[in-house]
Amino acid sequence: MSVRRIDERPAVKETLPLGRRLGSAGTTIADRFAAYRLTSVLAIAVVIAVVPVFFPSTYYYRVAALVYVFALAALGLNLLMGFAGQVSLGHAGFMGIGAYAVAIGPTHFGLPTWLSLFVGAALSAGVAFLVGRPILRLRGHYLAVATLGFGLLLAIVFSNEAEWTGGPDGMSVRRLVLIGWAVRGSENWYWFSGATFLVGAALALNLIDSPAGRAMRAIHDSETAARVLGIDVARTKLVVFVISAIYASVAGSYLALFNGHITPEVAGFLRSIELVAMVVLGGMGSIAGSLVGAAVLVLLPQVLTFLHEYEHLVLGLILMGVMIFLRNGIVPSIAAALKGRSS
Amino acid sequence: MAEFLQFAFSGLTVGAVYALVALGFTLIYNASDVINFAQGEFVMIGGLATVFIAAAGIPLPLAALLAVVAATAVGLALYRFAIEPARGASAVSLIMITIGASIFLRGAAQVIFDKRYHSLPPLFGDTPIKFGGAAILPQSLVVLAGALVIVVLLWTFIERTLFGKAVLATAANKLAARLVGIDTRRTVGFSFAVSAAIGAIAGILITPITLTSYNIGTLLALKGFAAAMLGGIGSALGAVIGGLLLGLLEAFSAGYLSSQYKDAVAFIVILVVLFARPQGLLGRATVERV
Repeated sequence: MSVRRIDERPAVKETLPLGRRLGSAGTTIADRFAAYRLTSVLAIAVVIAVVPVFFPSTYYYRVAALVYVFALAALGLNLLMGFAGQVSLGHAGFMGIGAYAVAIGPTHFGLPTWLSLFVGAALSAGVAFLVGRPILRLRGHYLAVATLGFGLLLAIVFSNEAEWTGGPDGMSVRRLVLIGWAVRGSENWYWFSGATFLVGAALALNLIDSPAGRAMRAIHDSETAARVLGIDVARTKLVVFVISAIYASVAGSYLALFNGHITPEVAGFLRSIELVAMVVLGGMGSIAGSLVGAAVLVLLPQVLTFLHEYEHLVLGLILMGVMIFLRNGIVPSIAAALKGRSS
Repeated sequence: MAEFLQFAFSGLTVGAVYALVALGFTLIYNASDVINFAQGEFVMIGGLATVFIAAAGIPLPLAALLAVVAATAVGLALYRFAIEPARGASAVSLIMITIGASIFLRGAAQVIFDKRYHSLPPLFGDTPIKFGGAAILPQSLVVLAGALVIVVLLWTFIERTLFGKAVLATAANKLAARLVGIDTRRTVGFSFAVSAAIGAIAGILITPITLTSYNIGTLLALKGFAAAMLGGIGSALGAVIGGLLLGLLEAFSAGYLSSQYKDAVAFIVILVVLFARPQGLLGRATVERV
């Protein structure tokens, strides 16, 4: 699946040729990226801090917390899809691992909840590492169907192993307790998930500008060219896959802890599709896009409930409309339009 | 042996439907490089529209025909109003458009029809035919025969008519096809229409056995996509073989292993096949150009 990456970051081309880069202005590419990183993280922090001013009730905190949780999963998937150019239609499977880890750990093994969260993340990373190598050899639509099959397998296991998971009805999840502080209530969850998303975004920005990040963007543009440049393609893809699995797993754990109950649907095909939709809608290769995409897809069903039976009809129309008219995703399309006006 | 035959027949029946959905995938993919996740909705429209038109007092054969026409119109509209305006968008964006279309069609069906399960009377009654100890529904044979007729008709049309050759040329190289004077918009539109019609016919044929409802499309699209990939995307023969194989795999693993894990077994086999042959059973390996 060859996808053109549209990025709101300062393009490398702008700062080349070499002469200018070494010039007296003193702004190297690295400097500009570092500045970009800082402003991005600050911007997200401001959004998280300011948005609650407009919340009339705790219901809004609840929905916004869900936005951050899904944005975290979308962010991980965006690293894989938008930057490394590899699609996954089974990422909800990793959300499922994280969700069931915090459900099963305390209930069946007596582990503390926070430890279960880390166990879940480690488990997701392990599973991603094991299946990643054979699966990531596949390309384009074949990769899509293989990841789809993998996600379905996990969902089937979750709904069939009823003695562990409660089967299709799901199971309840104990509260998260951190150093004696029980995380409860929508307001606390808002700050908790918001802060986690911020950390996730900072780490992602760091990764993108690291040598590994440059390697994965090279793979996105052309696998063969990347290989010729001496990049270990298989290893780089695997690393991104594992990282994105960890993001999804943590998001899954948060979702389970926040809702207090989980069903196998958390790992289902529709969830996986929803995650991909968040990435594509918000903008592939855009960190802010993950947040915007998650916000749109979490908020829309809440906003559209007044339409009753017409809800899905309108949701489908909006999804199609956005993809037709803002085909590169919301954030990159708007960024491009703004740039075009100012220059 | 009787058990084996029983499973084989139920597998082939479901497999024939998967094959037709996969064939629809292949037609649209070849013509436009779009993976159409709304493919399952055509199957749903075929079955449900027939049920509701027949309920309005129209004779069943005419109702079925009208349903196929309706689905074809939806297929053309999908191309004209959703795919065509997004020309040049990335593969993932196009997939998201078809997923949006699938949600839209499901939502529309929920409003136009209803949310219940519906059935149609089988063509030749429901007295099972005894064969080697297995009991086979006459409708199963209708499904298999219908699928066979569709495949043969499509093959003849593509291979033996000038317009069919134009469709092939469009699939092979769109720009070259346009250069030799082929109206590629027409051939791509045709592919969407035929693909929708095939899906609708599959939906009408299978409804007496499996019932239909507004939300059957998602699972069918998933299975059809898997079947098309198993066979090798772009290969029509591969799609048919992939569909039948997937149906048989499900039926045998449900019969001999565990009905809960039948989908799991099917997808494990698909994964193993793809690991061994990353381009599917009949697909051609591609070379990346730099």
